Amino acid sequence: MNSVELKKLSKTFGSRKAVDELSLSIKSGTVFGLLGQNGAGKTTTIKMLCGLLSPSSGNALIEGKSVLSSPQEVKKLVSISPQETAAAKKLTAFENHEFIAEIYGAKRCDAKKKAEEMLGRFSLSDRANEKAKSLSGGMARRLSIAMALINEPKVLFLDEPTLGLDVRARRDLWKVIEELKGKMTVILTTHYLEEAEALCDEIGIMNEGKLRALGTAKEISEKADAKNFEDAFLFFTDPQKEEER
Amino acid sequence: MRALTFSRRNIKEILRDPLSLIFGIGFPVVLMTAFFFLSKNIDGMPGIFSIETLAPGMIVFGLSFLSIFLGILISSDRETAFLSRLFASPMTAADFLCGYSLPCVAVGIIQSAVSFSFSFVLGFKPSAKLLFCVFSIAAASLLYISFGVLSGTLFSQKALGAFNTIIVNLSAWLSGTWFDLSMVKGPFRKICELLPFYRAVDAVKSTLSGDFKTVLTDLAIVLVYSAAIFAVSGFLFKKKMKN
Repeated sequence: MNSVELKKLSKTFGSRKAVDELSLSIKSGTVFGLLGQNGAGKTTTIKMLCGLLSPSSGNALIEGKSVLSSPQEVKKLVSISPQETAAAKKLTAFENHEFIAEIYGAKRCDAKKKAEEMLGRFSLSDRANEKAKSLSGGMARRLSIAMALINEPKVLFLDEPTLGLDVRARRDLWKVIEELKGKMTVILTTHYLEEAEALCDEIGIMNEGKLRALGTAKEISEKADAKNFEDAFLFFTDPQKEEER
Repeated sequence: MRALTFSRRNIKEILRDPLSLIFGIGFPVVLMTAFFFLSKNIDGMPGIFSIETLAPGMIVFGLSFLSIFLGILISSDRETAFLSRLFASPMTAADFLCGYSLPCVAVGIIQSAVSFSFSFVLGFKPSAKLLFCVFSIAAASLLYISFGVLSGTLFSQKALGAFNTIIVNLSAWLSGTWFDLSMVKGPFRKICELLPFYRAVDAVKSTLSGDFKTVLTDLAIVLVYSAAIFAVSGFLFKKKMKN
């Protein structure tokens, strides 16, 4: 069953088409990687899917709910961990979790329980009473993702989740994302191609607002007749090659 | 419910920045004390600096700092990904506006209570009418909160400093805090009467003097301004949520 369906989804800023009639379906419980160079339209696509931007045309369905006609319903089903760490800096790790749980409708006592559970799951229990601003980069990113999971979303958007993290922190986060497979649909954007190869069940490569390639890392490499995924990525994001195609 | 949850977060944010809170509460008290002693030590100082008229003016002037607190809070939230996360949540624009405003009403009332308590030390006579001042102070707080929401929605942290400085200065010079407006004639006085700053101070003064008919007129004007600024801010905030 499809969890996310994009139907000719477009976004125009002035005369520039940031996302151009994007159509694709993402299966429930999978990790989908949305790749592309800077300005390819990945973040704009994610913002439209989670209600942060209104599409200029087209539509998208999240678990069957339209982002156009039922945006509030969609917002209850999704969660986002943006590029930067998205936590209230002066609240503690525990308070941040409790706050988000309550925003998504949990009662106070349940929110406390959920917060404790999440902190434990993300190995942040010993930092529960530290303010978000005092956490290290890796921990802050873990906190941000844990906050995105506290409302048990059907679809989780991770925008560059491992950007700027050291190797160990990145590998720790990979493990967390791996564990989410089958429990919810994860859509992640990343510039790290090895990350997409390691984590994603399916990958879409965007360039200039259009979807240029779709499939597993192996399938995309085969389509480009490339010796590795990086070459395939460069092939599908090269405007000259695009014209030749 | 979401608005209350968001209010709790904002109260924590405000309380954990004690410097601005101390400044907001302490500044009117310091000014009140300074002018009180000036009026005692300089012959011929006008009656406006007597504690009975100085205290209400200073208290409303102190509330003008709410626009700075709130503007900074909203603007700093806007500049982080934290607000993007909340915009993607089921929170509505009304939840945000209420959540930002409610803690500041509480801060405004606490700030005024501290200033009034201090004014007793300087000779201000307590009376039962002080209790009614809660309404006038809440209305004045709403006015400055609406300016805070507007500036936080529109401006970056750097730019909102300039905007709020204008508001604080307008509040100081057009409210009759520093001079007796009855001594002024012509268009300046008309402008002061049309704007909400003088009305906010006059509402507190009139409450204390028991002139409740004037209080109602003053409050109506202050609340109409507040509602209009909130409506504009709400519209702009909603627009920001979508872009």
